[in-house]
Amino acid sequence: MNSNIPYLKDLTTQVRRDILRMVHKVNSGHPGGSLGCTEFFVVLYNVIMKHNPKFNMNGEGEDLFFLSNGHISPVFYSVLARAGYFNIDELNTFRLINSRLQGHPTTHEGLPGIRIASGSLGQGMSVAIGAAQTKTLNNDSHLIYSLHGDGELQEGQNWEAIMYAAANKIDNLISTVDLNGQQIDGSTDDVLYMGDLKAKFEAFGWTVIEIDEGNSIEAIIEGMQTAKSKTGQGKPVCVLLKTVMGNGVDFMMHTHAWHGKAPNDEQLAVGLAQNAETIGDY
Amino acid sequence: MYMKTFTNTGNKDTRSGFGAGLTELGKTNPNVVALCADLTGSLKMEVFQENHPERFFQVGIAEANMIGIAAGMTIGGKIPFTGTFANFSTGRVYDQIRQSVAYSHKNVKICASHAGVTLGEDGATHQILEDIGLMKMLPGMVVINPCDYNQTKAATIAIAEHYGPVYLRFGRPSVPNFTPADQTFEIGKALHLIDGSDVTILATGHLVWEALEAAKTLNELGISAEVINIHTIKPLDDEAILKSVKKTGCVVTCEEHNYLGGLGESVARVLSLNHPAPQEFVATNDTFGESGTPAQLMDKYQLNSAAIIEKAQKVISRK
Repeated sequence: MNSNIPYLKDLTTQVRRDILRMVHKVNSGHPGGSLGCTEFFVVLYNVIMKHNPKFNMNGEGEDLFFLSNGHISPVFYSVLARAGYFNIDELNTFRLINSRLQGHPTTHEGLPGIRIASGSLGQGMSVAIGAAQTKTLNNDSHLIYSLHGDGELQEGQNWEAIMYAAANKIDNLISTVDLNGQQIDGSTDDVLYMGDLKAKFEAFGWTVIEIDEGNSIEAIIEGMQTAKSKTGQGKPVCVLLKTVMGNGVDFMMHTHAWHGKAPNDEQLAVGLAQNAETIGDY
Repeated sequence: MYMKTFTNTGNKDTRSGFGAGLTELGKTNPNVVALCADLTGSLKMEVFQENHPERFFQVGIAEANMIGIAAGMTIGGKIPFTGTFANFSTGRVYDQIRQSVAYSHKNVKICASHAGVTLGEDGATHQILEDIGLMKMLPGMVVINPCDYNQTKAATIAIAEHYGPVYLRFGRPSVPNFTPADQTFEIGKALHLIDGSDVTILATGHLVWEALEAAKTLNELGISAEVINIHTIKPLDDEAILKSVKKTGCVVTCEEHNYLGGLGESVARVLSLNHPAPQEFVATNDTFGESGTPAQLMDKYQLNSAAIIEKAQKVISRK
């Protein structure tokens, strides 16, 4: 655990560089959501979770994380590598043939840190609930974390899971929703308005924590620690994390245009100039 | 001609074999957990539920969530058995099985009752005839369709010892129970039931008993039929199939399933690659089912011993 704020900010900037370089190299991938969730991943893996980079699938005696919106794999891979799960040089292989860093995360190639395949949306919360129930059966008091896109909540399976988690008092689970308000075809409000998500989660019986500044390291630490303090109270915990898609690269911000598009050479240079190398490029 | 015969020790439903196997596993394997989507009685999971309430999970009418939860439960060493009808175990949750179970190689046992037309009166909405195809196409998925109560019980116990995803298919009607109560079930190992020289009959599930009945009649007609129980459709016992067909020169495949995507197609592949031979299919002909009694439906869709006899004679004539 390292809650040294300047270090976390440097790591965030470095992860942004990783994301931009990974998607640029293969001219594919999803930078927008990845950049928007960079601070969250950095805080989760460096401050909030008790986890063991010496990877074991069963994850007994440690906190576990499940990424449901698997398309933001660039940020996941970068943060895992920089947390010690695998060598950062392997980020060079993102989306290439024979790589463990598939377009969407998978257990299939044995990449340390990944416990479930995701990409087809809406499945991660159910998986997280199952892992949480196994923790309980195993008398393991560690927590389960998951991350979901806001547009992803349009998938009905989430609402089956949200209902089940409350009914079964799954209180060792913290599910975070990345509220960036964007999806492929436009804003979430325009594509399929989802109404008041806080009220919906609460109506389903969850405790809801809002992090209004979802790109602030300090705000995320505070909000996630509050979320942790709400576990063990008979209710699942939802964190509504308001982020800016494309955060940290000015021309990628506040738009869905960079959901699944890589920058060209010129755009990469601009993006990297806005995020100077800190810890060191891979 | 002398022919080995099998005795029906009394009709029983294969789903009860599953329930009995699960009850046994509850006692012997503390890692086995069971999930059900509001069909506990239909799947005969009540005894497990009563004996191990802490290891039984009622998920309600939410099969997609059930499959995802099962996948997650494997992380930490549990062995989840999910229970619902075959239709809701496969088609309804195909993508959940594909990504969260098969591609993720999770140790989930998808246990599916009420497969095929013998579900009966509920009709085509519930009578899936495509599930074997759906499941066998998933890389790494084992597909098992046992023939009677005893074999379903043995298969249920056996799959807990196999690491990886398994689709276990069984049914609703009471059918002859004729395999040994004390059998051990070996995944992927076909069971040679009757020796014969004129035609090979490869049957799975409820059609195995019908194949035995057909062999008796064929014997009376002077036709020597070899009968093999293909309880595991994937991985298929290529060796047993080829050995038999090389001897008899032709084959009839029998299943309560669409000929598209079923056992017959898997057998056809093995033969075309290794030993081309005439083949006839006892299977549904790219159709949905309908309401009726199981016996009426097996008759109408030509899934009984009469159909097997007819196809056996036809395939022999093609040699």
